[in-house]
Amino acid sequence: MASALINVPAKAKRGDIIEIKTLMSHIMETGYRRTATGEIIPRDIITSFSCRYNGAEIFRADLFPATAANPFITFSTIATDSGKFDFEWIGDNGFSEIASASITVE
Amino acid sequence: MREPDDSTRRQFLGLAGGVVAFGVVTLRPAEATPAMLASAIRNVVGAAVVKTGKVKLDIPPLVENGNTVPMTVSVTSPMTSNDYVKSIHVFNEKNPQPNVGNFYLGPRAGRAQVSTRIRLADSQKIVAIAQLSDGSFWQTSIDVVVTLAACTDEVI
Repeated sequence: MASALINVPAKAKRGDIIEIKTLMSHIMETGYRRTATGEIIPRDIITSFSCRYNGAEIFRADLFPATAANPFITFSTIATDSGKFDFEWIGDNGFSEIASASITVE
Repeated sequence: MREPDDSTRRQFLGLAGGVVAFGVVTLRPAEATPAMLASAIRNVVGAAVVKTGKVKLDIPPLVENGNTVPMTVSVTSPMTSNDYVKSIHVFNEKNPQPNVGNFYLGPRAGRAQVSTRIRLADSQKIVAIAQLSDGSFWQTSIDVVVTLAACTDEVI
């Protein structure tokens, strides 16, 4: 079961640069490890992350096996309007999770 | 950063040409990945020249646990609507595959900075490349010593 942790300031002044922190719980199996019997454990990672701010994409990332388990990504944006951030993670084996956070801009 | 004098040009030619194209390849011929690193960078930048500077890669020089290594990439940029960072690409030299992450920003980011946590399979060089809105590429690289590698051959 996957779960997301999102840290977005609840309030900001218009024009401020705000920091957004996101963490999605995920094993991020690299596909390079082997079991005791020598079989390769199949890759199972999140390949894509995106963030939309009131519908417009403000940040996107391609992830690779070199991303640590439970991908933690921090980025920033300018607080323009009150509204909603939508986060989306997409990965192997049909993995797809969304989360959202709201902000009040004064 | 922008003075176009001779020393800068020489420095850049020496660094960009030497390190990116040849230095990496000749560094450890036993490893397959330095060549992969060069080709992964080529896939992103195409034929463009990658200048050294503007990009700052913040990563501990001595890593105890390669399974989670905090990394911050920042780029010197005013981040205005006509002068901003389009994307940041991070590469490694000796993990099983050369890409670490691609991050796409825009003028709305306000600050050209991204942090995440990465895996490092060995002591190696990390390269960060930024593409600016004018199409130019800038890079930095850093050597990281890893004491406990993210074990790719680990038996579980």
